[in-house]
Amino acid sequence: MSMLNTLIAVCAAYALFLFAIAFAAERVALRGRTGWLRSPVVYTLSLSIYCTAWTFYGAVGSAVRSGFEYLTIYLGPSLVLVGWWWILRKLVRIGRAQRITSVADLISSRYGKSNLLGVGVTILAVVGTTPYIALQLQSVTLSFEVFAAGDMAAGEEKGHTALWVAAGLALFTVIFGTRNLDANERHNGVVMAIAVEAVVKLAALLAVGVFVVWGVSGGVEQTLARIDASALGRWRIDGGRWAGLMLLSAAAFLCLPRIFQVLVVENDDETHLRTASWAFPLYLGLMSLFVVPIAVAGLDLLPPGSNPDLFVLTVPLSQGRDGLAMLSFLGGFSSATSMVIVAAIALSTMVSNHVVMPLWLRFAEPGATVSGDVRNVVLTSRRLSIIGVVMLGYLYYRLSGGGAALATIGLVSFTGVAQVLPAMLGGIFWRGATRVGALTGLTLGFGCWGYTLFLPSFGPGVFLPEAWMVHGPFGLSWLRPQALFGIGGMDPLLHALFWSMALNTAGFVAASLASFPTPLERLQGAQFVHVFDHSPSPRSWTGGAAQAEDLMIMAQRILGAPDARALFEREARRQGLHGGLPDPTPGFLETLERELAGSVGAATAHAMVGQIVGGMSVSVEDLMAVADETAQMMEYSARLRAQSQELARTAAQLREANAKLTRLSVQKDAFLSQISHELRTPMTSIRAFSEILRDTEGLAPEDQHKYASIIHDEAIRLTRLLDDLLDLSVLENGQVSLNLREGLLSDVLDRAVAAAAADETGARLRIERDPAAEQVWLNTDLDRLSQVFINLVANARKYCDAVRPVLEIRVSAGEEVVIDFIDNGQGIGREARDMIFEKFARVSDQKAGGAGLGLAICRQIMVRLGGNISYLSGQPGAAFRVVLPANIALAAQ
Amino acid sequence: MSKHVLLIEDEPNIIEAISFILTREGLRVETHTDGTTANARLRERQPDLLILDVMLPGKSGYDILRELREEAATANLPVLMLTARGQTRDREMAERAGVSAFMSKPFSNAEMLEMVRSLVTSRA
Repeated sequence: MSMLNTLIAVCAAYALFLFAIAFAAERVALRGRTGWLRSPVVYTLSLSIYCTAWTFYGAVGSAVRSGFEYLTIYLGPSLVLVGWWWILRKLVRIGRAQRITSVADLISSRYGKSNLLGVGVTILAVVGTTPYIALQLQSVTLSFEVFAAGDMAAGEEKGHTALWVAAGLALFTVIFGTRNLDANERHNGVVMAIAVEAVVKLAALLAVGVFVVWGVSGGVEQTLARIDASALGRWRIDGGRWAGLMLLSAAAFLCLPRIFQVLVVENDDETHLRTASWAFPLYLGLMSLFVVPIAVAGLDLLPPGSNPDLFVLTVPLSQGRDGLAMLSFLGGFSSATSMVIVAAIALSTMVSNHVVMPLWLRFAEPGATVSGDVRNVVLTSRRLSIIGVVMLGYLYYRLSGGGAALATIGLVSFTGVAQVLPAMLGGIFWRGATRVGALTGLTLGFGCWGYTLFLPSFGPGVFLPEAWMVHGPFGLSWLRPQALFGIGGMDPLLHALFWSMALNTAGFVAASLASFPTPLERLQGAQFVHVFDHSPSPRSWTGGAAQAEDLMIMAQRILGAPDARALFEREARRQGLHGGLPDPTPGFLETLERELAGSVGAATAHAMVGQIVGGMSVSVEDLMAVADETAQMMEYSARLRAQSQELARTAAQLREANAKLTRLSVQKDAFLSQISHELRTPMTSIRAFSEILRDTEGLAPEDQHKYASIIHDEAIRLTRLLDDLLDLSVLENGQVSLNLREGLLSDVLDRAVAAAAADETGARLRIERDPAAEQVWLNTDLDRLSQVFINLVANARKYCDAVRPVLEIRVSAGEEVVIDFIDNGQGIGREARDMIFEKFARVSDQKAGGAGLGLAICRQIMVRLGGNISYLSGQPGAAFRVVLPANIALAAQ
Repeated sequence: MSKHVLLIEDEPNIIEAISFILTREGLRVETHTDGTTANARLRERQPDLLILDVMLPGKSGYDILRELREEAATANLPVLMLTARGQTRDREMAERAGVSAFMSKPFSNAEMLEMVRSLVTSRA
């Protein structure tokens, strides 16, 4: 009675003590003095959650049942720490670089952030860990019962012990496990409490051991003699089972969620692994040192049939050492509670991150993600997950009734969790590993484990019908759960281990080879496998000067040397340092990041500073953000380029317009100059002769007449010139209104020839025509067309230099009406032909009275009429071709 | 001995007018309608004055003048230039080519005669 009460009091006091330690550690951490909290010793001790109640109590039981086999459970992790430390180092580095929060996160992140894998591993972990939590609750209850054995009044409390313990653990975990959200923030309080518990359980076991060796047996020699005398000394080592168990415990050590939590997530410093690689095997050695003596003593001292799993408690009790028994109980209690706490934290992180949050994000109102309530949702989800995980363990304990031996539950759980190993090792060492491969391997391994080990472990008839166990499902004997493919007679555990790992690994490798990774998987694969190439050694955390130099070099590259130097010197002065390099304080880093962000974007700046200072490599999110920024910059520069092209185009257009204006201006000047000349020339004659007539007395009458005639002719010339100019201006501006009429081409030509003849000044010109061909009906402005013909005939009359000038007018009417005017003169020089239709373009040297506007007017008229006029080359004399469009010509008659 | 004036002009009516005015004042006028025939005549015997139109068929008045100024014999020959394109630019071009005097068409007969007289006497 008093014993039980004392025990409860001690338990309560111990729990309070742990709460106090956790609180104190959190307070210290808050003040930033985390120096000793983050020592390698604390790290090593926190790893001791590997030693649960299973190892604390169960190792002695295992020694009684299977001799030295219990050592394999200690040898596995020792092997990993001593021989495979490089795997651990890689895991720790990846964990930090990728901000990994759990085993599920590691697997999911490695295989392209696949949430399916995350969920799968979470389920596996929960299924694998729940029996283990139940095991801890059971061990606490069993040990409690030992003390309550002689106390009937305590009977009613018996059933509630596990519930009380579970509730207390859940409370502790909720308080200290969800103080902050960031997985990179360590749970300082929890880790410290666990370290203290590690010391307590080691001290308890050593105390019992020392008592057994020197207090009960009377010395080392007598103890060894006792061992030799007992059945333990005659146990033979089964090589296959030993190898299998060592491999299993090594795999479990890497894969167990709680170990991953303390080993990777809570790791502050990669170098702590160096200490742990010798200190933790030493711890395990000490834990296992007195297992056999206690087992032998228990067999000797206690009545046959006593539960060997409780020898650690019952041996001191049987010798009346209540205090020692109490210490031993606290050791077992510590082992159980520390395991449950860390397992609950690890599992709740997985459940919350991979199951609850994705669901919440999917169903939450859009927009909720930007506000602050995500933090609350995550915290609530974590807390509920913790309570859920612990209660699941409690339920399992209640339902299973605590039937199976402790060690068996532990090994079943180990085998389940070890299924993560192929995907984990493949993920960090093999770039070819794919999501499909990981999924395949995990599914096969997990399924095989469930079928061959987990379900049968409840005993025949519980989940699997007894007939299945004996004859296989549906009578398929090769599918018997404990003799797959007809290979029977194997140890069930080894059988399950062999087949699950074999199928798992084979499926993983085969499916990886057969499938193609997504780009994100490729990227993540490279990040994981080559983590040491991507992330600088975290030792540079302490190398302040080297870091500052690296930062300087980087800043110079981005900001330019003068700006970077100015920034660094300013910061150094602010820190009160001489010389240009400031200490990389958080404030300085923030400033630097901001400065860099101005140049390269926030994500890039963060990634770059983080890479140098944080020892973290660039995460995929960072890379994506960088890519985003790069894309934005490229888009921006593309826009700039487009703008500058647009500007260049505009400039070219302006230049062209300017050149055109210049050309027009030159043309206008030339035109004005020409007009001036053409007007002034007749006016010169008019003025000169009118002055002569006015001022000269006694002028001969014939001279008077002659000079008056010149004045008259020049006045007419002036008038004609003005008429032509006006005509041309009207035609060029398109202001001309056409007077469309129907008429015969021959009539138009008749009129033109007659008009030209009336203007006769030069030699007699013979005109040859073809009246038959001229019988073409036209519908056009016949007066304008006539004007063109008059010009051409008059030109021939003026410029044809043949002795007997002849002008031939040929007409051919097809689709179009073509009228050619060909004379027998010298024609027009090749180089002059291009310009004869321009204004004031006079080819002939002779003065012929024209102002050089005739052909220009002809061209304008023909354009208005929808036809054209051109010089016809290849003829003996000057030749012009007038073409009238088809719609002007009516049916030929 | 009467002064000798060489006139290069392509407009027949203007040739007639200038010849009439100058002959009436006792000057001897010889006319050419382009620079090529005039050139040979100039080498043969130098006139007292050259009256030069600008817009001539073939070689322009400016070109003829520039060539004359390049030759030592005619470098100082008085040249009166007449042009129907009376813009400032034409006057400048004429001056650069080395003209002695410049008149734009149409001109007053009296002024033209005055100009010819002064050029012819400065030569003497």
